Amino acid sequence: MTVMQRREFLTAAALATGGALITSRLAFARTAAGGRRSRFVVVILRGALDGLAAVPPYGDRDYGRLRGEFALRAPGQPKGALPLNGFFGLHPSLGFLGQSYAARELIVFHAVASPYRERSHFDGQDVLENGTTVPHALQSGWLNRALAAVPGEHSRDAGVALGQNVPLVMRGPAEVTSWSPSKLTGLDDDTLARITDLYARDPLLSVRLADALMADRVATEQQGGMAQDMSAAPRVAAAPNTAPGQAAPPPANQPPAAPAPGGAYAETVRAAAGFLRQQDGPQVAVFDTTGWDTHANEGGAEGQLAGRLAALDKGLATLKGELGPVWKDTAVLLVTEFGRTAAINGTRGTDHGTATMAFLAGGAVAGGRVIADWPGLSSRALYQGRDLMPTLDLRCVLKGVLDEHLGIPARSLEATVFPQSERSRALQGLIRA
Amino acid sequence: MQQLGSTIAANRFGLGARPGELASIGGDGRDWLRAQLHHAPPALADAQLASCQEVLGEAFALQREIQQARRSGNDVQQKLPQFLQPIYKSEATARFQQAVMTDRPFIERLTQFWTNHFAVSTDKQYMAGLAGSFEREAIRPRVLGNFGDLLVAAEMHPAMLLYLDNQLSVGPHSPTAIRAGLRSRGNNNRPPGINENLGREILELHTLGVGGGYTQYDVTTFATVITGWSVGGGNGLWASGPPGRFVFRPDQHEPGPKTVLGRKYGDKGYEQGVEVLNDLAQHPSTARHIATKLARHFIADDPPPAAVERLARAFTEFGGDLPSVYRVLIATPEAWEQPLGKYKTPNDFIVSSYRGLSLPVDAAHGPLAPFELLGQRTWQPGSPAGWPDRSADWDGASALLKRVEWADAVGGRLGSRRNAAELAPQLLGANLTEATGTAIARAASAQQAMTLLLSAPEFMRR
Repeated sequence: MTVMQRREFLTAAALATGGALITSRLAFARTAAGGRRSRFVVVILRGALDGLAAVPPYGDRDYGRLRGEFALRAPGQPKGALPLNGFFGLHPSLGFLGQSYAARELIVFHAVASPYRERSHFDGQDVLENGTTVPHALQSGWLNRALAAVPGEHSRDAGVALGQNVPLVMRGPAEVTSWSPSKLTGLDDDTLARITDLYARDPLLSVRLADALMADRVATEQQGGMAQDMSAAPRVAAAPNTAPGQAAPPPANQPPAAPAPGGAYAETVRAAAGFLRQQDGPQVAVFDTTGWDTHANEGGAEGQLAGRLAALDKGLATLKGELGPVWKDTAVLLVTEFGRTAAINGTRGTDHGTATMAFLAGGAVAGGRVIADWPGLSSRALYQGRDLMPTLDLRCVLKGVLDEHLGIPARSLEATVFPQSERSRALQGLIRA
Repeated sequence: MQQLGSTIAANRFGLGARPGELASIGGDGRDWLRAQLHHAPPALADAQLASCQEVLGEAFALQREIQQARRSGNDVQQKLPQFLQPIYKSEATARFQQAVMTDRPFIERLTQFWTNHFAVSTDKQYMAGLAGSFEREAIRPRVLGNFGDLLVAAEMHPAMLLYLDNQLSVGPHSPTAIRAGLRSRGNNNRPPGINENLGREILELHTLGVGGGYTQYDVTTFATVITGWSVGGGNGLWASGPPGRFVFRPDQHEPGPKTVLGRKYGDKGYEQGVEVLNDLAQHPSTARHIATKLARHFIADDPPPAAVERLARAFTEFGGDLPSVYRVLIATPEAWEQPLGKYKTPNDFIVSSYRGLSLPVDAAHGPLAPFELLGQRTWQPGSPAGWPDRSADWDGASALLKRVEWADAVGGRLGSRRNAAELAPQLLGANLTEATGTAIARAASAQQAMTLLLSAPEFMRR
């Protein structure tokens, strides 16, 4: 047996012990209506992104008063917003998203919110991810339950979380995996076989190990793709059988990780693209971003938030480049747990609020539109006198995307993915026919 | 055959058995835990560690230097991280050493628990240099004291005030705000005002807990109560006072009485905030919140309601006296029923490996690299909620493979210098299964035996 064949054998063995029947990795490949194989990326913006900064409603007469020195000006003016539709603009740091809008590959949603109406980050994120109206109501996420509801044969690892662990939105009954680059040498096959054996009677660890090996194999098959780009170490390839007392660099001597070239998200989005490019790899990827909790010195066209938005924008541009031809089949959803106060607070920042924006970008998106039932920013129009009033339930967006892009049946959307959401109808026409 | 009690005491309540520890604990483990509560909490040995005041005084001075240099076109932005990072490394290394070496591991676990309860995170400015002194100055000396004292010390520490932005928060009717309002007439600058961040997180995370019965009104009012709680030696309006120390700024404090959670507090300046904190410390919601977190940490991800109830009652009955609460925890039968009910965090996994294998924490050889690799950088939970404490947050596929790979690298480094077959019963005690024992005994090499020991299902859990 060559090393690779042996590894494949081990993976299959590990999968079998994990209790699932694997027919073929082609089982991952599913197609939405029209024969296209859709890819879906969910980016969670943790910390409550200020929707009035990311998508400034410069045409609203109360906006300048509320935002003071940080109000973004109309497009064309110095440090002005990027143009959207004459009323809303985009933060000037979001150049790639601005181009996407012009190319009809971006839908901007505004005054949108999950059903959560308090102001705790952690409960807000829980509701955003669990897909119900109540924090901690379920221990699984809507994205996972959607994968579990895909018609046809069930498969493993249709979803991948970029990171060591899986965020709530992706946890649940459907088999998913997680992947992050390793700086360590791979295990030799014999040791791996023995550990697989040792985990055989452990329902959690056997499944996790099998999933990790599967993801590792998919990653490694990206020859010249992300493995090379990311020094992701072709771990599955020739790992010599290490003799006792030899080899394996001491972990204590590892230098700290150098910042990835190409911005804060380069490594993550390259990995995501590496998985999604595969014809028979995962169809859905999810990753987290943080740093959006701008209580003090938030900045306007420039400053703290501007820098973070620029990094995010660059990451999305990199994602498009890395996906190559697959971009046309891709939708990328960017969501945050809630918005921030309409007015600047006493420390040149914003406190926790309610409604905010969401983005849906990608070649599969029927874009070039802002979807918002704008409530206005007058004192009477604000939610509890302080926050942007929600006029669109985020679940309407999520249901629309899951229906049109991933082909999730409507009855599953209502019954399991978003229980008790029948009043929040799926938005239609978000995805290109 | 080791007794289950000593195994649980060392691995769940402690930080992982060291060779010989299970034998010396003997009995059912409860006495060993109670004995650790008797003396003052141990301080960290390293006398080189700088106080918060020293670090922050220097950091503020550097920050001013950087701002001046920027005005003259020089980019010296790196100076601040260059100053703070070595402090972080020394502090985190000293903490790691303490965790590996201590013979009161229950106290060390409690220290880490409380630091995580009052979490600051090093991804915010200055925190890399302050997280260590925060733990040493505010948390560590009080983990065997009263919760109310711990609460006040944590909220008043400059690291917390800076982390949750309170040092800049100004009462809207304070003398400072009124003066600024007069000055800014006609221009677009908003006068200084409150910042809700610290007020909200005290209520939500540190005391009552979310759903603990507070409203947005309470958040906003409480934020005005603690206006003026600040740090000396900042810029502009915040320049006065000893650099890097807590100062109360009467001019920035919102004047007048305030009502929080239905109780009216007269304006006594700084004291107003302390009074609210004292009441919060004794609130039934706080008792329930703390009891739930302790039970989740020491019993199970979804702790039995009866155990939570018992701990909450003890918290109230003993007026927040923490050792009394810990004694009830030790006596809680549910904590001893599921031997491997908790999945280790990366920190638990690393510390228990070092303890079990008697590995040196060598300050000269990147001692913090394992934390980076396995995904739990010390004092960097990324949010004021701290690190999560459930299996699902840590048991990801990639995370597991990394633990196994790291175990293999450790095994490779040690070679035949440790005997995994001899260590297995000493570390895993009554939890050691026949399958693991056999796998280790039949390993093809010393490295492989070590990899199997550290990867074993019963070593991944506590």
